[in-house]
Amino acid sequence: MEKVERINSEEMVGRIDGRLAKNKVVKGLFFAATAFTSIILIVLLVRIISQGAPYLSWDFLQNFASRRPEQAGIKAAVIGTIWMMAVVIPSAAIFGVGTAIYLEEYAKKNAVTRWIQMNISNLAGVPSVVFGLLGLTIFVRLFGFGNSILAAGFTMALLVLPVIIVAAQEAIRAVPGEIKEASYGLGATKWQTISRVVLPYALPGILTGSILAFSRAVGETAPLVVIGIPTFVAFLPSGIFDSFTALPMQIYNWTSRPQIEFHNLAAAGIIVLLVVLILMNSVAVWIRNRFQSR
Amino acid sequence: MKPVKVLTLSALLGSALVLGACNGGADAEPGKEDTEQAETGDAQLQGEISVDGSSTVYPIMEAVSEEFMMEQPDVKVTVGLSGTGGGFEKFVAGETVMSNASRPIKDEEAAALKEAGIEYTELELAYDGLSVAVNKDNDWVDQLTVDELKKMWVDNGKAKKWSDIREGWPEEEIKFYSPGTDSGTYDYFNEVILEEAQIDKSATLSEDDNVLVQGVTGDKNAIAYFGYAYYLENKDSMKVVPIVGESGEAVEPTHETIESGEYAPLSRPLFTYVSNKAIKEDEAVAGYVQFLLENAGVLSEDVGYVSLPQEKYDEQISTLEGLK
Repeated sequence: MEKVERINSEEMVGRIDGRLAKNKVVKGLFFAATAFTSIILIVLLVRIISQGAPYLSWDFLQNFASRRPEQAGIKAAVIGTIWMMAVVIPSAAIFGVGTAIYLEEYAKKNAVTRWIQMNISNLAGVPSVVFGLLGLTIFVRLFGFGNSILAAGFTMALLVLPVIIVAAQEAIRAVPGEIKEASYGLGATKWQTISRVVLPYALPGILTGSILAFSRAVGETAPLVVIGIPTFVAFLPSGIFDSFTALPMQIYNWTSRPQIEFHNLAAAGIIVLLVVLILMNSVAVWIRNRFQSR
Repeated sequence: MKPVKVLTLSALLGSALVLGACNGGADAEPGKEDTEQAETGDAQLQGEISVDGSSTVYPIMEAVSEEFMMEQPDVKVTVGLSGTGGGFEKFVAGETVMSNASRPIKDEEAAALKEAGIEYTELELAYDGLSVAVNKDNDWVDQLTVDELKKMWVDNGKAKKWSDIREGWPEEEIKFYSPGTDSGTYDYFNEVILEEAQIDKSATLSEDDNVLVQGVTGDKNAIAYFGYAYYLENKDSMKVVPIVGESGEAVEPTHETIESGEYAPLSRPLFTYVSNKAIKEDEAVAGYVQFLLENAGVLSEDVGYVSLPQEKYDEQISTLEGLK
């Protein structure tokens, strides 16, 4: 008679203990990792807020830059950043989503497309200074835009374009084939299918990816420094060909000044920048939730 | 699902920021009127002046522009901080009418300007004293000669110890902190101390002088140099080194020794270079330069530099008269 292997309950209890212990250790490790990042973030926030909060006031938002820290403000920088984003958002969105649609829906899947695809992915990792140099050569010098909102906006749009293209491609690729087939089956043309089926379905993904990319454009300093955006600007732009300054430029300038008061002003500027970024990201989340629930 | 509605809504959301921003300035959009023409006969000027260049000179120009725009609100002045070298590039390209510099113009820059057909005038605005500083706990360095500074900072292929510089100093490695090679501050130090030799390769270079301040306050064996204002602001957390120049006496950088030129050779003038054509043709620029020379003394003191003797400003004002 063959020996039936029976479950040895004692041994099993022993093993379960071991597994549970392992489970605890891993959980602890992951918790430690999360805690570590959170603590760093909290330390950073506490430092910035304690340094900058006393300088935050309505005047700070309403005043132009000044040599006197107590009178200095970031009006020109905030308005300048908004103007710049007014160029970045439409140009990057149109070119980015357009490219994504072409690559996903129209382009033949051949070597050329793969080559383009590879380059786009690589561009997403190119340092922002390089885009600054590109912007300086093409938009500032060749097209003669000078250090205007338009030149800076286009440069930033180029910077975020690869990210938007990749995000939009992912979103478009995630549209179930059956829905598209159904649309074609009803006799819809390709464009009808794209505009009425694919895009609405992919929209939350496209918008989330894009807004995160735009947040990056708001916070970038290096390309602006390279294309020569001024820091002291005591007037508001009246058109896209005007000079302007942006939030990161003002913060960068204040942090490099000798006087400690300016460092505190920089902290206050960072708080404003953070609020702008958090607002943009919340819009991204809100849009996603809203469209996904449809 | 109503696809049209979805698209419309998405378009609205996507461009909500855009529209919001555009509405703010839409009414002023075609406002590119003849701002270039300055009004005649009236004290109110109009125009655009773009200034760029050294970040060391920036605080002075910021102060001057701030005051100037209170008197002349229709003149739009912008000041950038691309660095002395970066500023000259823009000046050569004709993108700016004034270029700030924390060192005199280089021969090749002057040549490039000549080639571009841009005539310029050099204006001195204030003095700055490059301050050499060591850690507070450094109790051995009491003074340094120019030769010792050179020996210390010029690269000789190996790590240097304090004991290599002078007998009796500790056998510990020196840590160097220097402004970045793009800055005029570096250029000036390069000219008077390094004499174009390679700076010690172990040196930490930073465009932000506060990084240098942090370096020297945090390391017992560190040495750094930076603008006088950075030393003044951090006086209590570091030790400034008196420098022995040609006079043979050790001189500490102070307001007086910088102004008198006694703190040599590290006392340096700060400049701005202005296009002669702009002064001649644009009343706004001429007015701005006039205002600059009249107020640079007081305002440069305000932001932590040392003013020139009044005669120097007066001299330059009369030079300006000749250019108008």
